[in-house]
Amino acid sequence: MEVSAELEAKADEYIGHYPDDQRRSASLPLLHLLQQEFGHIGEDGVRWVADKLGLEPINVLELVTFYPGLRQKAPGKYHIRVCRTLSCAMAGCHETMDKICQVAGIDRSGVTHHDPIAISEDGKFSIEFAECLASCGTGPVCLVGDDFHEGVTPEAVGELLEKYD
Amino acid sequence: MAAPKYIKGKEPHKRERRLIFRNVDREGWDPSIATYIADGGYKQLEKAIKMEPGAITEEVKASGLRGRGGAGFPTGVKWGFIPPNNTKPVYLICNCDESEPGTFKDRYIVHQDPHQLIEGMVISCYAVGAKVAYIYIREEFPEGAKILEEAIEEARAKKFLGEDVLGSGFGCEIYVHRGAGAYICGEETGLIESLEGKRPYPRIKPPYFPAALGLYMCPTIVNNVESLCHVKHIIEMGGEEYSKIGTPRNTGTRILCVSGDVNRPGYYEVEVGKVTMGELIDDFCGGVKKGRELKAVIPGGSSAKVLRADEEYTVKAGDGEKTIGIRDIPMDFDTMAACGSMAGSGGVIVMDDSRDMAWVLNNINAFYAHESCGQCTPCREGSLWMKKITDRMLAGGGVPSDVKTLGSVADNIAGRTICAFGEACAWPTQSFVAKFPEEFKKHTSRKNAGKPLSGEAKLAAEGLAGS
Repeated sequence: MEVSAELEAKADEYIGHYPDDQRRSASLPLLHLLQQEFGHIGEDGVRWVADKLGLEPINVLELVTFYPGLRQKAPGKYHIRVCRTLSCAMAGCHETMDKICQVAGIDRSGVTHHDPIAISEDGKFSIEFAECLASCGTGPVCLVGDDFHEGVTPEAVGELLEKYD
Repeated sequence: MAAPKYIKGKEPHKRERRLIFRNVDREGWDPSIATYIADGGYKQLEKAIKMEPGAITEEVKASGLRGRGGAGFPTGVKWGFIPPNNTKPVYLICNCDESEPGTFKDRYIVHQDPHQLIEGMVISCYAVGAKVAYIYIREEFPEGAKILEEAIEEARAKKFLGEDVLGSGFGCEIYVHRGAGAYICGEETGLIESLEGKRPYPRIKPPYFPAALGLYMCPTIVNNVESLCHVKHIIEMGGEEYSKIGTPRNTGTRILCVSGDVNRPGYYEVEVGKVTMGELIDDFCGGVKKGRELKAVIPGGSSAKVLRADEEYTVKAGDGEKTIGIRDIPMDFDTMAACGSMAGSGGVIVMDDSRDMAWVLNNINAFYAHESCGQCTPCREGSLWMKKITDRMLAGGGVPSDVKTLGSVADNIAGRTICAFGEACAWPTQSFVAKFPEEFKKHTSRKNAGKPLSGEAKLAAEGLAGS
């Protein structure tokens, strides 16, 4: 893991958002920086954050294992999160999920609670269910990376995936 | 000020009263500070900064504003809980972890009108004496976090934020802090733990009431996005005048988010208590889908107890009581509580007669099982047991005693946990099982074995196979 000067500077800026004696508060911001840069958070990432904030690695690792938004494994080039929760389920999110998997060539049969992400064979797409993306009036909804998409019915899946090359 | 024009097809319903959502879906509107200022933005901050901080709190108390995040606690009263002899720094936290299923209002404020939130926050900071504020935004709003960060920069450049706000000598900084996908961070003490860089295990109250012992053990006010926006409008109108909007004890406007089986799901900002459930569903939302019948409504986010369409509710009327149906329930805090549920976060989920209640509850149970932080045993174990039982029912493997077991597991969670998540995960099960027992019994017949009913059931079966 190579941390660029730019990333280092950004990390220091985030640390400055909290009181001097409360550097630990910058744990999540720093983990987000790493995940954005490297796609996931590895052991070296955990150590880097711990060193940076004067913590034990376990103080950081326990966050990575707790929060569903932090990953220990690299996802595909485009990571898709389909909302699973009630209003989206009523709007047909399971059909949407099946359709995306079919079009993108993703096999979700090995997915478990602790390993919720499935990756397409070519590594282009990865997918997981997300718990309520807070757009219940426009379901089914999903995030592709940082892009938010509404009304993603099975019919709309083809066009959606074409946007990501 | 001229009445705003809205994007074609996204015009507010004629009975809406838009304060907070005034600029949502507005034609020619963008989230920049120039647009906001041209529309009279930051005028209320200019006004507030010349007032005594205590006087602002008094206005908020007089307004009767109740928190829009779920609990409905009076905002001004909350502010008043900061110990009077306090010498520690005070913090303000904007709870933008919007994650209660069925709720989708803060999303639009953050994405379309960030400066309204910032103005409300700076006024609130000044009122409670906070020099630093954090916006705790859920990780699933990456675009929203960027918009807020840019808006904060813009506000700082114009001296609405920074060391010397508008030359008043009051210094105030706001930082955006992103969560990482955990619902429990919407619970205020869990949020504080998360902001401190720890696992978001909620703290026990007492003693950890945030207004006294919050972030870094300092007095901390945690308010919902919508609540903080209302502060701006309270300053504009005055607390007394604001309190005339809505109904007594249930003042102001609030945003109702409707989803599920209606023709026009969406957000509707109305005066609290001036619209009934029937008007909301049939008029605002164009009725239940495809001519189907109303079966049930979850009125205030997925943790609110479900209301059955054919139930009768006894509510206060003047000095006496009266019996009303579901469509007659006014959308306010107190009546919804009298009907055995809660107005919560304003997320209304409508279900028609095609919906299988075991399927619905299973979806909700899966959410809470996933989101329990795991700190308290009844919740950690119970939420998962409830999910496993409804999983089994949907997969065709339920047994008759499951219905009773399901209810008893829920009964043993509520009231036995550190935070309100225990109630939040128990209430759906308690209410669904009590109100639709026949539907759950249907799922415990052996003849269902091996016949998964839907995508959800398929998922449930896979979950069982894996556990």
